[in-house]
Amino acid sequence: MDFVLGHFNYWVVISLMMTGLYVVISTGNLVKKLVGLGVFQTSVFQLYITMGKVAGGQPPILVNLPELEAQAEAGAEHGAELVAEIATEHSAEIVPDPMIASGDQPAEVPAGQPLDVELSTPTDLPEVTSLPSEAFDPLMGVVYSNPLPHVLILTAIVVGVATLAVGLALVVRIRESYGSIEETDIDEAEYKTAGQGS
Amino acid sequence: MSLMSAISSISGLRDLLPHAAALVVVIPLLAGPIAVILAKARLAWLWSVLVAAAAFGLSLVLLGTVLGGETITYEMGNWPAPLGIIYYVDSLNALVISLVSGMALLALLYGWPMVEREIEPKKQAMFFGTFLICLAGLIGVAITGDAFNVFVFLEVSSISTYVLVAMGAGQNRQALTASFNYLILGTIGATFFVIGVGLLYMATGTLNMADISRLLADGDNDRVVRAAFSFIVIGLGLKTAMFPLHTWLPNAYAFSPSMIGVFLASTATKVAFYTLIRFLFSVFHAGAPFETAMFDYVLAPMAITAMIVCSVQASFQPDVRRLLAYSSVAQLGYMLLGLSMGTVAGLSAGLLHMFNHALMKGALFMAVGLATLGLGVIQVSEMRGMGKTMPLTAAGLSIAGLSLMGVPLTAGFVSKYYLVIAALERGWWWAVAAIVVSSVLAIFYIGRMIEAMYLQKPPSHGDDPVIVVRSPILAIVPLYILVAANIWFFFDPSVPKGLADSAATLLLGGGAP
Amino acid sequence: MSDLPIDIFTIIDLIIMSMLLVVGIALVRLNNLFAVVMLYGVYSLLAAIWFVSLDAVDVAFTEAAVGAGISTVLMLGAMLLTSREADPTPVLRRWTSFLIVAATGAALFYATLDMPSFGDAASPANSYVGLQYMHHTISEIGMPNVVTAVLASYRGYDTFGETVVVLTAGLGVMLILGIGVSGGQAAPSAPEVQSKTAKKSKDVSVKSTENHHIVLQVIAKMLIPIIVLYALYVQFHGDFGPGGGFQAGVILASAVILYSLIFGMEETRRAIPPRFVQIGTALGVLIYGGTGIVTLALGGKFLDYNVLNAHDPVHGQHLGIMFVEIGVLVTVASVMLAIYYGFAARYRELKDQDW
Repeated sequence: MDFVLGHFNYWVVISLMMTGLYVVISTGNLVKKLVGLGVFQTSVFQLYITMGKVAGGQPPILVNLPELEAQAEAGAEHGAELVAEIATEHSAEIVPDPMIASGDQPAEVPAGQPLDVELSTPTDLPEVTSLPSEAFDPLMGVVYSNPLPHVLILTAIVVGVATLAVGLALVVRIRESYGSIEETDIDEAEYKTAGQGS
Repeated sequence: MSLMSAISSISGLRDLLPHAAALVVVIPLLAGPIAVILAKARLAWLWSVLVAAAAFGLSLVLLGTVLGGETITYEMGNWPAPLGIIYYVDSLNALVISLVSGMALLALLYGWPMVEREIEPKKQAMFFGTFLICLAGLIGVAITGDAFNVFVFLEVSSISTYVLVAMGAGQNRQALTASFNYLILGTIGATFFVIGVGLLYMATGTLNMADISRLLADGDNDRVVRAAFSFIVIGLGLKTAMFPLHTWLPNAYAFSPSMIGVFLASTATKVAFYTLIRFLFSVFHAGAPFETAMFDYVLAPMAITAMIVCSVQASFQPDVRRLLAYSSVAQLGYMLLGLSMGTVAGLSAGLLHMFNHALMKGALFMAVGLATLGLGVIQVSEMRGMGKTMPLTAAGLSIAGLSLMGVPLTAGFVSKYYLVIAALERGWWWAVAAIVVSSVLAIFYIGRMIEAMYLQKPPSHGDDPVIVVRSPILAIVPLYILVAANIWFFFDPSVPKGLADSAATLLLGGGAP
Repeated sequence: MSDLPIDIFTIIDLIIMSMLLVVGIALVRLNNLFAVVMLYGVYSLLAAIWFVSLDAVDVAFTEAAVGAGISTVLMLGAMLLTSREADPTPVLRRWTSFLIVAATGAALFYATLDMPSFGDAASPANSYVGLQYMHHTISEIGMPNVVTAVLASYRGYDTFGETVVVLTAGLGVMLILGIGVSGGQAAPSAPEVQSKTAKKSKDVSVKSTENHHIVLQVIAKMLIPIIVLYALYVQFHGDFGPGGGFQAGVILASAVILYSLIFGMEETRRAIPPRFVQIGTALGVLIYGGTGIVTLALGGKFLDYNVLNAHDPVHGQHLGIMFVEIGVLVTVASVMLAIYYGFAARYRELKDQDW
């Protein structure tokens, strides 16, 4: 039951994605194809946003930034160190040796590095990931949803509308040239001209 | 490499060299909008040539660094890897970037006389601007080390490609439908890719490719990762025109403006193919059971089918450019075959064939564009007598065609040879058989053209042999540069072969096959 | 792990999801394009509402403005220029499509078996880089809206690419449909376009009807400054709340489009000439990229805003984010206008054919 509750959203989103994809593939009408493409993409956005939701969280807008800044800079001397530490840890670990090309040897992973445990059971990770919050919580106990999927989807939405605009411009020109926006009519017209041309 | 040292010796540029990885994308990306502002067609073209030359120079600098045994990392915004986006250059993508920027330069040189005739004058500046953006997008895809950034630049290049293909509508309205089909399938492909990247993010929490790879080291039996693998392969397969997903390609190549046909045929699918390799080998772990099964039972059969079915289709095409386009899908089969062997030798042969194929298809499309310009040729039967009426173009077309067949003394022979060796090493005799069958078919469809050009009489209206336009010298030069490259890389394939070898070794983790 | 209590949010989610499903199924079944396009708008709006419930306020804002707003309007415009009805799908094609979709869906359902639960704070996605952005933003960017910080700085290069995508779309529409830079109407290059004999007389009638809407004109004159003001608010408040260049650009363009709907295309073309719009599309990208070039000149890496202020990197970040957001605003607003001009220039042919 827990599994169903926790995964129900994904199933709905997948069904929506497939609805959009079905419209794109099945219809022969060019405008409806683009609508289907829009639905498909919007549903993929939902997949991303769904995975970024944190239960009981709020939008990723820091509610008490001045206090947080004070805490990060002066208040908890420990905290400032930690924040800096996170940064150096990552720059030290990933950047000089991106090992993008030699993926099979895992890099020397320092202890306490988040997430380098069994990935097949990703739900068993709480204590590993609470690295900053044990000693010092830069977020002062407020739970936020994950900002990264939001950023990615903002980009994807804009890319989507750009594609749509170009697609619709093409549809308008196709209609002017062929007098139809149905694939079957267009194919027929092409077949005819090919027959006459040769 | 003397060119490289010449460039780096100019002191003013020396400060910029650490930023070469970023500039090779940023310069064309910013030059595109400037070309739009310039508004004058000829000025915009000159500007584009300069920019493409700069990009090519920078990519040679990168290539030189990589040949020296280094890899280059560049953090955008100076943010360290998992937080920020990084650029990453090794021997694999240095080759691809040089290929793309070099072909862009040649296509631009070739393109001016073509564009002048094919595109409305007031749209030419925007056309060149869009072309530069497309170039930047392709290089951006090849150079980035961030999975989501791949998507963004894939779309930069794809959307500009749809537009550029549609510009063929001045010659033939089918360019519009070709572009639309490409847009629909390309966007489905990009969306599949985004789903795959999303699933990878779900499984690892990061978007940096190296970081994903590190976190996936023991995550092979995770179902999310497997689904991600399938979606990324299908998404990039659509962009690569992998066999059953190739339906957008023939018309897109055949009806685009000549210059765009040349550029796309030699770069776009190559970059997508590179991205596929990057994901298959350096993000996912190629040796894992699930991946190996996919290679053996999905990719390899598809590659073989493409090599044979699309060669047959090419043989029956009356339209020259569609013939070449189908042949491109068949040739992609060769590259995929190399990849699916999963050995250093196979992958290296596939990469080498990618490089050589860009050279030969670029030359073939250039020659066909010139033939279209000169004689209004669209169909193979209309090429008769071209050996007399357009001797230079016909000779170039024939040599590039021989290279496509894989005749000795041309580059095409070298990569096919290595491919056969790799297949034998792996014990895939059926793959060798397929290569032979496909090559015989290539002899047939290229032979049709050569036969028409040299053995048939030119068509004549009354007494005068028809010749409409003489080939512009500006367009002949890049054609012969490519033809020369096709011969040069038979005698000295050491640079591309060396890069392909070292890339394959790197990708497969340095182990012997 | 976090067990999901059935609270009010779950119920809202369930209601929205079922509405989305109903709209999705209706989309498949309907063939009236007008209904299909409107349902797409509804779908986008529902998605936007769901995004609010999922804490993605910035995304919801953009989805509402771009998905439900611009996209739907564009589709309506294209539909008016083309046709109102779609042919029904043949049975064979329905089944082959269904098989492809079923296979794809099955792969995804298979993947859900290993997916972390919804709302899981400890899932890899929510605990690694995503969480680090929250922590780093406090000290490195000093900006309450973390989405803006990540969008414009940490992943600012993606956003640069995205701005270029918008420019490309603008260039695409200008190249495919024309924008009339040379003054008159965009000359359709396709030779097959039907005769335009009736065009002249229609022009006159269109003009005269437009001039009758005095009430609309007065209200528009009052509304437009408010819309522009709101756009600027959205632009510069993006550091603190949802908003930013993309949303502001869309809103700004909508003010001009409103003006054009009330006062006519000719008037708008006089106020904002197409060439000006064309330069604007390019200029925004140049502002964005120029910021990166400046950071290079100051000795930093591309788009490293820290170097913009030698003494206070956080202030440098604020400056950099402001510049690039302005670049985004300029390009997005100009491209939206370019697209509008491109489509609007075609409407006269529509009168001949469809009405």
